[in-house]
Order: sequence, then C-alpha cells, then structure tokens
Amino acid sequence: MKTCLIVDDSKVIRMVARKILQELGFATAEAEDGAKALDYCKGSLPEAVLLDWNMPVMNGIEFLVEMRKLPGGGKPIVVFCTTENDIQHIQQAIAAGASEYIMKPFDGEIIQAKFEQVGLLEPK
Amino acid sequence: MKPEDFDFVAKLLKERSGLVLSKDKSYLLESRLMPVARRRGMKGLDELVAAIRRMDPALVKDVTEAMTTNESFFFRDTKPFDQFRERVLPALLTARKDKRQIRVWCAACSSGQEPYSLAIILKEMEAKLSGWRIDIVATDLSTEILEKAKAGLYSQFEVQRGMPITLLVKYFQKKDEMWQIDARLRAMVQYRPLNLLTDVRSTLGAFDVIFCRNVLIYFDQETKGKVLADVSKVMSPDGFLYLGGAETVLGISDKFRPIAGQRGMYELSGGAGAAPV
Repeated sequence: MKTCLIVDDSKVIRMVARKILQELGFATAEAEDGAKALDYCKGSLPEAVLLDWNMPVMNGIEFLVEMRKLPGGGKPIVVFCTTENDIQHIQQAIAAGASEYIMKPFDGEIIQAKFEQVGLLEPK
Repeated sequence: MKPEDFDFVAKLLKERSGLVLSKDKSYLLESRLMPVARRRGMKGLDELVAAIRRMDPALVKDVTEAMTTNESFFFRDTKPFDQFRERVLPALLTARKDKRQIRVWCAACSSGQEPYSLAIILKEMEAKLSGWRIDIVATDLSTEILEKAKAGLYSQFEVQRGMPITLLVKYFQKKDEMWQIDARLRAMVQYRPLNLLTDVRSTLGAFDVIFCRNVLIYFDQETKGKVLADVSKVMSPDGFLYLGGAETVLGISDKFRPIAGQRGMYELSGGAGAAPV
C-alpha cells in the first residue's frame, strides 16, 4: 500500500483529504506544518505528499526544497493543494519540483484525476 | 409532475433529441425544467408544461437543451487521447502523406473539453505537423453550450478535471476566477450546431476520425442504429470511430467493427479496414 503524507495546517482539510485518500487505497500520515512534515520524511519517505502552501513555522515550498535534499528525497511525488491559484505560484511550485497542483476547493474526483495523471493511481 | 405531463414531455424529447427518459427520471426532468420555468417568469411546472403543449418552438428548443446532459472534462478517460496521439495520428500521417489533410469530428462536444484536448495534443506535436491541414469540427445539439465552448472559459473546478497543470499553465490565461484557453487553440476548432438524429449526412463532409462518445447511451436501440448508420456514411473508408467506454456497436449496427486491442475504437466493417494502428 502506498503512503501519502498530508501536510496542511487545517485539521478539517486534513480530515477531508484523509478520507478521500483512504478511499483511493492509500495509507495516510499527517503533518500540520512543513517542519513536522520534514521530521516525518527524515524517518521514512512517503510515495506521495499532498502539500499546502501557507502554513506556520515552515511553508510548503520551503518544505519541498528541504525534502528534496534528503537521501532519496527526489523520489516522493508531490502534489500541491492550496488556495494560491495564480500562474506565478503554480510556476514556482513546478520549478521547485512539484508534479501536480490542486487549487482549493477540491473534491475526490479532482484528487483522483490528478493522482492518475502523475502515475500514483491506475486510471479506471 | 402529473404522469400524463411526464409522458407528453418524454415523448417530445425523444422525437427532438433521441433522449430516452424512463419513468424513474421524473425527478431529473423536474429539476432541469424548473430553471427554464423560472427564466420565463412562470409560476411552476404546470404552467411550463401547458406552454410546451402549445408547441412554442423557442420553448421546445430550450426544454430540449435543458435536458441533454452536458457533463464533460478535459482528456476524459485518458486512454482515447493516448490512442489518438500514439496510434491514430501516426497511422493517418502515413496514410494521408500525399493529401496532407486530416479531418476530425467531435459529435457531441458539449462545452468543448474534448475538441480542445485534441487541439492541445496537435499543438504539442506542431513540429511534426508542419505543412498539414487538420480540421477539428465540433458539434452539439445545444446552441447555448456551443457558445460556452467557443468562449473557452472554464471554472477552476472544470480545468482541474483532467487538465495536467503544466498544460494549464502553458495554454490557459486566468480571467478573474475563470480560466480561458488561448485564442490560437480556440481558432483550431470549428463549432456548429447539429442534431445527430437528422443532420449528420447533409452538412459535414467526410472525416478520418470521429469521436462520438457517451451520447449513444441516451438513445434507444433503434435510434443508436440509425445514428451509427449515418455516421458510417461520413467516415473515410480507413477512418477511426471512438465510442464511450460503456458503449458498443455489437448487436446495434453492422456498419462498424471493433478494432482488436484498441478498446473503444471501431472501423468500418465494409471498407478497406482502418489504417493499421
């Protein structure tokens, strides 16, 4: 079973994402900011990260840059999931090594479609 | 809605659009017709049905359009578009190398996601297609939905259904809270209103690739057979037909046969066979 790390400072968003991802067959782990997510990744790297942008302590982009420096840190597939919805933010995320980008609000169908596109899920 | 009203509207819809509405779809009918009644300042469905019974042509058209499903997303089902890119286009680039022209028809294009997905694929392989003329003709019964398709303007929800983020950034501009596909891609698609029940053979010319996905499911067997027969008349002898994942020609039409190993794709049974894929 693949693991997806959900990184978001909103408890509600983490809960919604957890439910969707578990229904799609993922094991999930959660972190409420980039620093806690980085600690998790130092223990074990997940196959996927669903990543918010604006969070206290360490934001999503800072986390992504740091995670990529870890041994094996190039491997996890990172999908941003944020309210930032302008082209500049999207380009910055792709440049930092994100594979996909979800603009909130999202639903199960969007997560599923994006995860299929990056090869985390088999198309139906 | 009264049963006799439902029967009347259902019969009218079948005649006009081919849509088959079973009795358990009464809720769907009511929920789609309420906005039509409201737009016309009517009190409710009784008043609307009374007006429909007078056969006001503009109203009948509105009602037909309101009932035909318009759900769509970019690169819907993924696989047909991979087949188009990796098999259909290479086969046609060989088969049409003298004419250097390929014609594609999206037969129920809804708000434009399917033809624009094809336009993006073509744009991405522009270098290979230099000197070629590729027509994408996209048709739908609903003139209202065609206006939306032409504008190429989509909500954030719509662009996230199937459009990879790199292509979104490359081919769309943000307009307030909406996303609009580039003018150069909009210019690649010709939109026209068309009723699959009556207009196929008269107005379109011949096509090398026909996308007719997720529209036959709304028709009864006889109508499916008639539409497929008409479609077979406008397809090149070595052309390709796409149907939706839940659709088939088996037991409905002998004009087409499935292409082995290519799910959802069909070729003419009488013709030379499709260009080898």
